Amino acid sequence: MGANEVGAIGQSVRRKEDLRFITGAGQYTDDVNMVRQTQGVFLRSPHAHAKIRSIDLAKAKAAPGVVAIFTGADLTGVNGLPCGWLITGTDGKPMNEPPHPVLAQGKVRYVGDQVALVIAETVDQAKDAAELIDVDYEVLPAVVNCVDALKAGAPQIHEQAPGNKCYTWALGDKAAVEAAFAKAAHVSKLDIINNRLVPNAIEPRCALASYDRAADAYTLYVSNQNPHVERLLMTAFVLGLPETKLRVIAPDVGGGFGSKIYLYGEETAMVWASKKVNRPIKWAADRSEAFVSDAHGRDHITHAELAMDKDGKFLAMRVVTNANMGAYLSTFASCIPTILYATLLAGQYTTPAIYVEVTASFTNTAPVDAYRGAGRPEATFVVERLVHQAAVDMKLPQDEIRRRNFIRTFPYATPVALTYDIGNYDATLDGANELADVAGYAARKAASAKRGKLRGIGYASYIEACGLAPSNVAGALGARAGLFEAGEVRVNPTGSVTVFTGSHSHGQGHETTFAQIVAGRLGIDIANVDVVHGDTGRVPFGMGTYGSRSLSVGGTAIVKALDKVIAKGKKIAAHLLEAAETDIEFKDGKFTVAGTDRSKAFAEVSLAAYVPHNYPLDKLEPGLDETAFYDPTNFTYPAGTHIAEIEIDPETGVVEVAAFTAVDDFGNIINPMIVEGQVHGGVAQGIGQALLEHCVYDPESGQLLTGSYMDYAMPRADDLPSFKVGTRVTPCTHNPLGAKGCGEAGAIGAPAAIMNAVHDALLALGVTRIDMPASPHRVWQAIQSAKA
Amino acid sequence: MSVSLSLKVNGKAVTAQVDARTLLVDFLRTNLALTGTHVGCDTAQCGACTVHLDGRAVKACNILAVQANGADVVTIEGLAAEDGTLHPMQAAFKECHGLQCGFCTTGMVMSAIDLVGRHPGADEATIREQLDGNICRCTGYHNIVRAVQQGATAMAK
Repeated sequence: MGANEVGAIGQSVRRKEDLRFITGAGQYTDDVNMVRQTQGVFLRSPHAHAKIRSIDLAKAKAAPGVVAIFTGADLTGVNGLPCGWLITGTDGKPMNEPPHPVLAQGKVRYVGDQVALVIAETVDQAKDAAELIDVDYEVLPAVVNCVDALKAGAPQIHEQAPGNKCYTWALGDKAAVEAAFAKAAHVSKLDIINNRLVPNAIEPRCALASYDRAADAYTLYVSNQNPHVERLLMTAFVLGLPETKLRVIAPDVGGGFGSKIYLYGEETAMVWASKKVNRPIKWAADRSEAFVSDAHGRDHITHAELAMDKDGKFLAMRVVTNANMGAYLSTFASCIPTILYATLLAGQYTTPAIYVEVTASFTNTAPVDAYRGAGRPEATFVVERLVHQAAVDMKLPQDEIRRRNFIRTFPYATPVALTYDIGNYDATLDGANELADVAGYAARKAASAKRGKLRGIGYASYIEACGLAPSNVAGALGARAGLFEAGEVRVNPTGSVTVFTGSHSHGQGHETTFAQIVAGRLGIDIANVDVVHGDTGRVPFGMGTYGSRSLSVGGTAIVKALDKVIAKGKKIAAHLLEAAETDIEFKDGKFTVAGTDRSKAFAEVSLAAYVPHNYPLDKLEPGLDETAFYDPTNFTYPAGTHIAEIEIDPETGVVEVAAFTAVDDFGNIINPMIVEGQVHGGVAQGIGQALLEHCVYDPESGQLLTGSYMDYAMPRADDLPSFKVGTRVTPCTHNPLGAKGCGEAGAIGAPAAIMNAVHDALLALGVTRIDMPASPHRVWQAIQSAKA
Repeated sequence: MSVSLSLKVNGKAVTAQVDARTLLVDFLRTNLALTGTHVGCDTAQCGACTVHLDGRAVKACNILAVQANGADVVTIEGLAAEDGTLHPMQAAFKECHGLQCGFCTTGMVMSAIDLVGRHPGADEATIREQLDGNICRCTGYHNIVRAVQQGATAMAK
């Protein structure tokens, strides 16, 4: 099937899901209530690192409305939370994988570590009772920085991780890199911090767990991005139940950005406890709780060097990165700074030799895992900040140094394990130059200067690996799960269609995009296509939504199921039309005998399948309902160029984003409106990282200093400009939609583009390093230091 | 301590006995099952809980239910007409793709209507400044700003 056959592809169809959201009829987990429901509250550690000497529950248990209180000691027979990716270190040994208890066992390791689950009739009663729990802590020294954690004498967090090390892992040809550096005409160097972020989906995590004694089965409503994975991990690895005994429903979910991929201790404890109390239990995190307990993102410290010949042609790159895992390994934590980071360090360039070494360590902070982009923003930040520096060092224009090094022949095998199938990096760079009116930049800079402002321009030509992933490749790299997707297309008797997808929408608009694919392919009205997702009780299977995989993997599973529906439809039509199956063509919603005007409408064929009076029952089953599982053969490689223009007020250090342009290649696009929206949101998060957001722990006490929206600067409407967005298309070569994925690009390209622009603006003043976020305080200080 | 409460919500008279510490947002969500008003933070910063109280946008997480005694409260559920016809601002958010996950949207729409009432001809800079009390993590605000502009035009008709 070629892209042109997919009909409704390419139209900005308004979203089918919007009506319930704009009228307040959305059903988020906290909007679901059950009879006899109780309320759960978690008592959390106030200390970053402490031994639990004892817990006295007597007063709390006697408090009004209390139903039950559980601590780690009660969870006999419950395993720890698993990590889904095994990294093997340079020493040939598996990573250190200390236990990750559902509720603290004898020790707490970060502020927010959950100590007890208090269940009461009301939230207020549960909160009041939690305050009456007397925990006797022996407070221990804490460490929050991932490099400090590795130093001799650092507090030891886990017995099973000596020196707090999780692993040291490497990729690339070290000898080739050393040889290339030895003959380089110039080497550019950078030290970079990728600041720690809090994902901050606006719907805080929430769960509602219940137990049905008659069926001996559980139901969990949970704000989650991948309900089947949640079910698999919780039943098979933690609670020791058959999957059939747990139904996981992730209804409307108010944003995820990675933070709702994971299996968390909270909902696991609640499912377990729902049987003990034999009543439903609801828990809704408040924002302060989300700040301390959601998995955080980024938090890398990196030194990187780029070797070039005299013309600025890249010869080799070497990178050393320290990554913070937090106190425990979250579900996918270990693969973020390795598989999803190091493999992207070639960027869009022909750099022939790359060597990267990554050391991951445990600290007394919340677990760190995937956050929008997950490893790829960190890689892009290293590559594109380094390329920017190289252009400065070599006195080359920023676009020129990129052009001199672009990959132009595909497929292209990088020195860091990936094979890019297709791309056109000149097209996106040229497109961005044009859309950003780079030709007019000098005049704008002069105008800024007249007003006493410092203007800067910054490029980021990023690449990402999306569409996770070929399961066999992922497995060879340490994945403990498959990464396919499932889709079911159920054609109803009168020709309407219900699609069941293992992808999960928490803002991405699948109910519309997937319906467009089905409507276009079957030639039916989009109003007659309903998309069901987020329920293990209804959807056959699924791996969920993350890594910009929904369209390229989940959408392709639907296309594969549609192929089966059409193939069976042809058999039915051949019978009805008394023709050979090979003569039947399907187009525009009709099965036609080739070369004739004899045809059957799609709905006539579906009706025949369910009312099989005239039907080849001896050869064909009735019904028209097909399922497909799709496992991709390669990653997809969205790429593009982002250009930021910023203006700095040297008196205050305030950085204003004057313009932001993104020209991306996402392959074929189904719904441009939705794709643009994804880019806008990603760019906003990327600008947030570059200029505003910073998750800070106190280095002495390990207390989270940025634990609310009063302390953690979220991007707001007046922090951002309107964005200029464009696309160029090279269709993905290995999925039938030709789609690559668009969900993370903005967050990947924007931080480097913004920070390159900030450094460009300050270059003339002699400022060489500003770390993210480039807050007014930091920028002003850098300007003052440069003056001094 | 229980207190009695009498107010109008979405045009209907409501009386209730509530714990004195009950927040307006919890009263709306729990007592009245009006779950379109959301809770996104606990510091009155995100604006997901925005409702209209006597015609003014307020954050329902930041006032007690008893403070709304005698007031006229409108929530997102009270915006569309009885026959389902959308308020022009609701329609504009859909038309402009001014929402993604939908969680901040209800508060955003309530704030936007209040904004247009106070600044009928607002330009982009004013809209952005006035939306400062509502946080959206999905859209980057680009399409929200467009929606407010389009909604404002439609409301003026």
